[in-house]
Amino acid sequence: MIVAQSRSEFLRLIRVPAFSIPVLAFPVMFYSLFGLPWAHRHIDGIDVGSYEMASFGAYAVISVALFAFGVTVANDRGSKTTVLMRATPMSPTAYLVGKTLATLVFALLAIAALFAFAAITGGIRLQPLLWLVLAARLLLGVFPFLTLGFAVGYLAGPNSAVAILQLINLPMSFASGLFVPLDDLPLYVRSIAPYLPAYHFGQLAWGAMGAPVEPIVTTVLWLFGFTVVFAAIAIRSYYREESKTFG
Amino acid sequence: MPLVSIVVETRAVAKNFGDVHALLATDFTLGQGEIVALLGPNGAGKTTLISLLLGLRKPTAGKVALFGLDPRDRRARTRCGVMLQESGVPEFLRVREIVDQFRSYYPSPLERAAVVEMSGLEDKSDALIHTLSGGQRQRLYFALAICGDPEALFLDEPTVGMDVEARRNFWVRLRDSAASGRTVLLTTHYLDEADAIASRVVVIDKGRIIADAPPRVLKSRVETKRVSFDSSQPLVDADVAGLPIRRMAAADGRVSIFTAEPQSVLRALFQRGFELRNLEVVGASLEDAVVGLTAEGRD
Repeated sequence: MIVAQSRSEFLRLIRVPAFSIPVLAFPVMFYSLFGLPWAHRHIDGIDVGSYEMASFGAYAVISVALFAFGVTVANDRGSKTTVLMRATPMSPTAYLVGKTLATLVFALLAIAALFAFAAITGGIRLQPLLWLVLAARLLLGVFPFLTLGFAVGYLAGPNSAVAILQLINLPMSFASGLFVPLDDLPLYVRSIAPYLPAYHFGQLAWGAMGAPVEPIVTTVLWLFGFTVVFAAIAIRSYYREESKTFG
Repeated sequence: MPLVSIVVETRAVAKNFGDVHALLATDFTLGQGEIVALLGPNGAGKTTLISLLLGLRKPTAGKVALFGLDPRDRRARTRCGVMLQESGVPEFLRVREIVDQFRSYYPSPLERAAVVEMSGLEDKSDALIHTLSGGQRQRLYFALAICGDPEALFLDEPTVGMDVEARRNFWVRLRDSAASGRTVLLTTHYLDEADAIASRVVVIDKGRIIADAPPRVLKSRVETKRVSFDSSQPLVDADVAGLPIRRMAAADGRVSIFTAEPQSVLRALFQRGFELRNLEVVGASLEDAVVGLTAEGRD
């Protein structure tokens, strides 16, 4: 059940160009604008090209997670697929795990595309193991964005979900220092950043590149906290809808 | 009475939506192997009843048992296949992909090829769902309903949006599916559809079951002509005393008489000296029949 569900979820993602092209191409495009010019420069012993690659890798994973979960959940509600599913023996776990696995595979594709682009055009070289560590950290830190996407998918309609997610995604990524390093941003943005999930996700990515970051325990606690808060909002909206549609 | 195992049973089940009484206390039983049509006009309560049977809605009062279980129990749903009105599927999957996805929900599903063939989608197996026509889409929903090889099929308005030929083909498919012993409950507002498929017809109106009989019996009660005419003088019951009429209604000087024998009624009315203008004799519609049945229910 889970394999078939994940497969369907992945296929419906990759077949919608409005989803698959932006999430695969934007990180590469942004990296070529903001990251490549800095390749092979070093600031405080950190290779800026690698640092920026980690930043846009984080941005890629956030985009995939928000849109894959948010838009498909909103669509399933809008088209009443959820009602038909409810009449089958499908388990809600299979539904969520299917979406999660499809998201992870898609996120892996997005960061693989970015890594390949950075290695080829930017000449970024990392220890073989370090590529894997960065990819693993990016995928493991995805959970707050899955639950945030899920919450928006349950709060927004199928037509407004994309707009709302974009309004969350771009400002949050920018204010967390994923596009431009935080040190180059105005002071007020720097003071907001530590309260954003993308900032702590960024810590996870930058830490892998050897940049000075907050202690890993702090990062994990923040990400875990955001996951729980967004999941609580999602579950609350789910039950609200449940009593409306199936009451 | 033969011992038949019960697929679904309700006891005084009722559903309100706010102030609207969608379904009044209803007892309904569906036995194994039956093919039952729930017939009634839009808004009669057919979809409400089917939603309660499947656990898609919670009853306001009363009880529902599906295969002896709470309808929200997954074990009950494993034994059912369902077609719902206005429920969608992801548009960017192919027919065979969504069929495989739904097959994976059931412990012993039918082969994909069998599902595709039984639903008449052989040449659409590779098509993306968003390219399907309305009728093909209904066939896809039927495919999703049968793919778990269910013991019972619950079909809410399965032929809506189909043309006459497509409906007839669908009836053949449904009969084939039922011939293997499957129980079928379908809702429809077409009398001919109920007649063509069902072994039992349940007429539902304004949230109440007003008739429950084999189609043959129901048709003999319903196969009525409507004789209507303008009359200068109002007709009272005494004027039609002794005539074979089922029901008489008058509004704005126009009289409608429902009868199985329009010739003898008209002959008698002429003999009794009534002047009948703008005379019209037509077959009673389902709506007339339902109104007639409702009137009978009040007697």
